[in-house]
Amino acid sequence: MKTRDLAYVALFAAIVAVLGLLPPVPVPGIPVPITAQTLGVMLAGSVLGARRGGLALLVFLAVVAVGAPVLSGGRGGLGVFVGPTAGYLYSWPVAAFVIGWLTQLTWRRFNLAWALVANLVGGVVVIYAIGVPFTSLYADVPLWTSFTGSLAFVPGDVVKAVAASVVAVAVRRAYPVIELPGRRATAG
Amino acid sequence: MLSLYLPGTSPVHRASAGLKLAALAALGIGLFLVSRVEVVAGALVVVLAVGVVGARLPGPALWAQVRPVWIWLAALFVVHLLVTGPLTGAVAVLRLLTLVLAAAVVTATTRVTALVAVVEWLARPLRLVGVRPARVGLVIAMTLRFIPLLAERAARIREAQAARGAERVRLSVLVPLVIAVLQMAHTLSEALDARGADDTPVRPVRPTAGPVGPA
Repeated sequence: MKTRDLAYVALFAAIVAVLGLLPPVPVPGIPVPITAQTLGVMLAGSVLGARRGGLALLVFLAVVAVGAPVLSGGRGGLGVFVGPTAGYLYSWPVAAFVIGWLTQLTWRRFNLAWALVANLVGGVVVIYAIGVPFTSLYADVPLWTSFTGSLAFVPGDVVKAVAASVVAVAVRRAYPVIELPGRRATAG
Repeated sequence: MLSLYLPGTSPVHRASAGLKLAALAALGIGLFLVSRVEVVAGALVVVLAVGVVGARLPGPALWAQVRPVWIWLAALFVVHLLVTGPLTGAVAVLRLLTLVLAAAVVTATTRVTALVAVVEWLARPLRLVGVRPARVGLVIAMTLRFIPLLAERAARIREAQAARGAERVRLSVLVPLVIAVLQMAHTLSEALDARGADDTPVRPVRPTAGPVGPA
């Protein structure tokens, strides 16, 4: 890995942290307000690609673990890794990797539609596919209860996927970072 | 300061970071092996004693870490009341509460640098797949350094846009922010390379690189 890749990884981990500092939007009837943090997960994947995007989220989790209060709501430390919703945290590096992988697959004809596919599959489906069973197993509640309990978050996540896709397409036009092996990534 | 560390001189503060993390991991595994309510409740009392008496941590600091999961724990107990029973519910809730508190105690009594050193130490097996542990530490340090910087940059972009009358759209902050970050990363990597951080030959490993303190 080149030094530049390390810098991308470090700075995108910082972006995810900064998005967590934005004030969350409270939604009535939901215990946890909607935050911009998973937007960072989506951006890391769709701007940096699979490997660097996944690593950026691993680094972000390491930063949380060493005690930086950078999860939305000022949470941090090791406690969040053992809470009932820790599965969602663990899903983030995987999600960023999947988004990045889908983005690279479609990079040459990447547009808003492909970006949406990548962000919805990686940023919504993957995150719930890991987070929901985790809560169910870990907190000893039925899978279905855990699933219906998390449904309320889906609309917010879809909105974030759209936002991330718009940004990803704009950034690709202005400053493409993903390079496909063999040919140069030329955009616009 | 961007950290949940609370300085102190207690025995818990002075214990090595590796030891505390190992104890936390052992507690995590142990708590899921037992299902007797008195054992789990006992563990909670021990953790509270270590945090409040042993480490002399202020109650509000611990509570601040528990507060975000409080609603989840309450909801969890209600679900258990309906599905399994009050005893299983109590065990599940006490178990999570104990773990969250124990983790909060470790976080509040251990310096960020010590924890980063443990992360580097844990990353040592990754050498087999070509990861250099020192670079893991470098990346984490860079991230910690750049979080306040990027927060400031984001605020500045938002102000600039507000000055031009575009006050409502959050999304419009993101594109310039991401591009500014990519350019920053480019400059940063050039600076690092100029100081010899590039990918070329791996230097011989120092003989005693064990940062986790006396074994």
